[in-house]
Amino acid sequence: MTTTDDPRSGRVQPTGAVAGYRPERTLRLSVELRRQFRRRRTLGVLALMVALPLVLIGALQLGGAEEAEENARINLVDVATSSGLNFTLFVLFATTSFFLVVVYALFFGDTVASEAQWGSLRYTLATPVPRMRLLRQKWLAAFVLSVGALLAIVVTALVAGGIAFGFGPVQTPVGVTLAQGDALLRLAGMVGYLAVHLLVVGALAFWLSTVTDAPLAAVGGAVFTMFVFAILDQVEQLGAVRDYFPTAEEFAWTDLLQTPVDSGDLFRGVVQSLGYAAVFTALGFRHFARRDVTS
Amino acid sequence: MRPVRGPVRPRPRPGARATPAASLLLLVLVLTGLLPPAPAAAAGDVTTEDARVPVGEGDGAAELDTTLYLPASGAPAPAVVLAHGFGGSKQSVASDARDLAGRGYVVLTYSARGFGDSTGQIGLNDPRSEVADLSALLDRLAARDDVRLDADGDPRVGVAGASYGGALSLLAAGYDDRVDAIAPQITWHSLTAALFPSQVGEPAADTVAATPQAEDGGVYKRLWSGLFFGVGSAPSGGLLGALGGGGGGAPAAADLPAALGSVDPATVDPQAVEQLLTCGRFTPEVCAAYQSAASTGTLTPEVAAVLDRSSPSTVLDRIDAPTLLVQGTQDSLFGLGQADANARGIAADGTPVKVVWYAGGHDAQASEGTTADLRDQVAGWFDWHLRSADDPARGPDPGTGFSFPAPTGVTASVGTVQGGSRTVTTAAYPGLVGTEAAQRSPVPVDGPLQPVVTPAGGTPAAITVVPGLGSLASALTGTAFEIPGQFAAFESEPLGEAVEVVGASTIDLAVASPGGSATLFAKLYDVAPDGTTTLPAGLVAPLALSGLSADPTAPSTVSVTLPGIVHRFEAGHTLRVVVSSTDQAFALPAEAGVYSVALAAGGNAAALAVPTVDGRSESTGGTSRWLVLLGVLVALGLLGWLAAVLWGRRRRARVSRVEPDGEDVPLRFTGVTKAYKDGFVAVRDLSFEVRRGQVLGLLGPNGAGKTTSLRMLMGLIRPTDGRITVFGHEVHAGAPVLSRLGSFVEGTGLQPHLSGRDNLRLYWAATGRPAADAHMEEAIAVAGLGAALDRPVRRYSQGMRQRVAIAQAMLGLPDLLVLDEPTNGLDPPQIHAMREVLRSYAATGRTVIVSSHLLSEIEQTCSHVVVMAKGQKIAQGTVEEIVGTGGSVLVGLADDADTDRAVAVLEGLPGVAVERTDEGLVADLDGTSRARALQALVAADVSVEAFTPRRRLEDAFLALVGEEA
Repeated sequence: MTTTDDPRSGRVQPTGAVAGYRPERTLRLSVELRRQFRRRRTLGVLALMVALPLVLIGALQLGGAEEAEENARINLVDVATSSGLNFTLFVLFATTSFFLVVVYALFFGDTVASEAQWGSLRYTLATPVPRMRLLRQKWLAAFVLSVGALLAIVVTALVAGGIAFGFGPVQTPVGVTLAQGDALLRLAGMVGYLAVHLLVVGALAFWLSTVTDAPLAAVGGAVFTMFVFAILDQVEQLGAVRDYFPTAEEFAWTDLLQTPVDSGDLFRGVVQSLGYAAVFTALGFRHFARRDVTS
Repeated sequence: MRPVRGPVRPRPRPGARATPAASLLLLVLVLTGLLPPAPAAAAGDVTTEDARVPVGEGDGAAELDTTLYLPASGAPAPAVVLAHGFGGSKQSVASDARDLAGRGYVVLTYSARGFGDSTGQIGLNDPRSEVADLSALLDRLAARDDVRLDADGDPRVGVAGASYGGALSLLAAGYDDRVDAIAPQITWHSLTAALFPSQVGEPAADTVAATPQAEDGGVYKRLWSGLFFGVGSAPSGGLLGALGGGGGGAPAAADLPAALGSVDPATVDPQAVEQLLTCGRFTPEVCAAYQSAASTGTLTPEVAAVLDRSSPSTVLDRIDAPTLLVQGTQDSLFGLGQADANARGIAADGTPVKVVWYAGGHDAQASEGTTADLRDQVAGWFDWHLRSADDPARGPDPGTGFSFPAPTGVTASVGTVQGGSRTVTTAAYPGLVGTEAAQRSPVPVDGPLQPVVTPAGGTPAAITVVPGLGSLASALTGTAFEIPGQFAAFESEPLGEAVEVVGASTIDLAVASPGGSATLFAKLYDVAPDGTTTLPAGLVAPLALSGLSADPTAPSTVSVTLPGIVHRFEAGHTLRVVVSSTDQAFALPAEAGVYSVALAAGGNAAALAVPTVDGRSESTGGTSRWLVLLGVLVALGLLGWLAAVLWGRRRRARVSRVEPDGEDVPLRFTGVTKAYKDGFVAVRDLSFEVRRGQVLGLLGPNGAGKTTSLRMLMGLIRPTDGRITVFGHEVHAGAPVLSRLGSFVEGTGLQPHLSGRDNLRLYWAATGRPAADAHMEEAIAVAGLGAALDRPVRRYSQGMRQRVAIAQAMLGLPDLLVLDEPTNGLDPPQIHAMREVLRSYAATGRTVIVSSHLLSEIEQTCSHVVVMAKGQKIAQGTVEEIVGTGGSVLVGLADDADTDRAVAVLEGLPGVAVERTDEGLVADLDGTSRARALQALVAADVSVEAFTPRRRLEDAFLALVGEEA
């Protein structure tokens, strides 16, 4: 730095950055969340999360439960109206294989691709937000939003269901009764499990989001993949290969209703989900690190 | 009888069709030790040898259809004989055999006589025929080079099988000392007890599922027996073939017409036809026993003789081969009591016995996971007991323990799809020689004396179990079907805490019958608080009672053992003992009658003795593995964090070589090339530099590589070659020096749902820099939107968006401002204002780069210009140099006739050269001012229509643009 006469030389750091710029302060989580919460999509999904349990309560009170799909697993529909906790379990059961999948895919798949579509990605990157940091912050924000949505639906179901059906203990389809405290603990476990298990969808959507500039392609691609696996899961001939599907163990959280709890499938589900999520996330980072941003 | 799955079932190798990503995942999981690696069974290398083996002599001669599965290595290996279930053939166990061969065993499978393609008649595991056949096959194994021998003529061999095959393995171990280990599954101890059960009397032993059996037979198990016999009596080799072949059940190889032609009605013996039609492939002896039992429903000595001959119960004391007894909890044909009796008998002499109960049996298919687990258990048993001590594949000692599925309150049919079945293990099977007796805890039940009606003809009858489907009825409706009036019920208080029943409970009843005898069925229901009843596994205990008191006030006391079950009665549920008079699965007395049934002790003292087993729940780690997982995650997280820190430090350590003149040269391109994979070269060897305070114009037609160059400069695109420095620092993605750059390139990048002001604010917030550095008001002034700034961007016009985007680029007053086509979409006053803004911005010592495809634009805004075309620089310099103001003029004349005169006038001026073109005259003034040239023309009375400055560059540039167009 020979330019001592430069009036601006005091504003420059040795790295070449302007004074006041610190990579680790760029795109803080609070800022990213603020950006996301300004979007109608985010608010819409959260509103839907709150509305769905209310709609289900209405449907159950109209006798719509008969229409609910029969499932070979423990059938939570039969006992959905016995208490608020029961209703919450039913809501989780009804949303696991489709609704929550879409929500996760939406929050994770939209995150990078929508920025690319708006053209704001290049300005964020030129700020500069280091690419790995950008992805990390986006991933965390999507995770926070997804878990927030999951919590929103559970809390709404718990409160609204409690008001509608009473704050009683859980009645499992087997006829076992779980005290409220115990049941809440188990419910927390279920939410935790779902939050982790759905990461498979999220991470896949996230990866796709770094590949394509079309948010719809990323979200749709992830949801589509999950559905394909859900369908393949019905093919008995595939045998044990199905245990390695990303959709495997998606209902394992119902094991938490057993007494004593059998955590075998839960464990497998968690480990497998984390594995898949790690692989997909790593693919996303790897792709984005090398990619030419032309959007 | 439904075909029973054998001990080993092939599972598609995990990951066989998996994607690379999945394989990677698997690798990761295996490496981190979270999933056990799949057994390296190279089933593909297994070879097979088919052979037809003649056995027996005289009437008992038969030919057995055998297949030998040989492992890849030809070294002498232990052998395993797999026997199939009733109604099956060697094909039923083919996949099991292949798997075991893959584990290094020589595996022999064969169709037992009377089944599959083997000839001969079914003797129900007659020691003289079926058991002798197995011995003959062992002789053949002993003669092979690739089978390990214990002694001459004595192969090292294990026998496994399910049901019919299981009984054969027990009998073979009893009759043939050469058998070294057996693994019988879901099989019988005594056929008499299985088909004529009567669970009356004191429990035979201290074992958990000890089930007494009345000496003189019990209640005929009608439905199962019928199914059993029906399977064997169908002449599976083909009726015509059997008639014509003369061998009694030879395979019908010929097609139908040919077979018809070969049968001469005159030669057919009518008695043989009847025998064939009614007895199928059964030996006449077995057939006669069945017909006697089926028609009378009673156990005659002749029938008993046939059944006992086929029962391992007679030879248990002779078995000294280590035995793995596998029995199903969903089995109304051969219940847990059968395996219990086998275990007792074999262990009595100190022979090692391991007992495994699993969720499945003749009534319910085991889940995939359970089946695979059983396969591994059987293989593990043979690994330990057949392989030599120095064999690395020997594996761990399976021990002589006891394992059973963890009791759940879930009914069978739901439980099997539930999937997650844990296993409980204990060190020993309770009650065997040398172990502690089974624990039994009392559960008080209560109920008054009740009359029980038995209807004439035995109908209507209660439905509890459907052979092969188990407790289907109870699963469908949630309750077994009991006929009112036909049962007595005794119920416990709601349980204070859950009771896990593992084995057969006992209870003492007081029964009176006017006729002195009674046929009753005892069962143990699980009654939920809401009244839902569940009959665990759909099992009932038939009671054939005789010699009863006729007086209900002085009834006879009867000790009853209820069915062996594994079931958890949840807290709040009640246990209900039901004693009914009918069950459609059994032969019932034809005469009507009324019995009285009460509890023997009366009142609360009457206790149901419930067996329980304390064991270690084998949920492969339980909570500890969650801690392991957490530990692994934390460790991975720490590793990742450490790697990131180190990587960042290394990165900071090699902060790029800073060019010393960096502050004076805000931007320098050195030989920059960007080539895409498809061969298209967007920018080729571009070199130029921009000095501080300059307003540089990047001029070129569309597609010249301007935007690509700007993107490379922003770190969005990585150049294939060359080097770009900003203030002396090399640019790469996320280079900190980019924080001194403000940019607006191709599209505004504004979030349409936010107002202009929010866009600017959020953009600045994302930079993480202090709010005071933003100079927000100055930027807003540049945008000049006024009140519109607070409206959502999506309602903005193109020009408004453009101005907000330029304002965004100027946030923080960057030292280098890069604008791509900034005046597109602006109206003339705005364009003018923009030029002023840029010029004054540069005047503060900052640098501005503007790209455009319009020469006039560059000319009016910039101080310097770089001209690009087709990705290459074609000119560079100050605008004056390039544009060449004062150079030449284009003169348009009103009248072409004046041309010559005009040329003369112009050439008359000093240094001026004139050229005639299509557009008019082009005069190179070379220092002469335009004013003077025009004056001269006017003075010469030449009517001048147009007189415009002409740039030297313009021709070349227009030509380029024209080419592109």
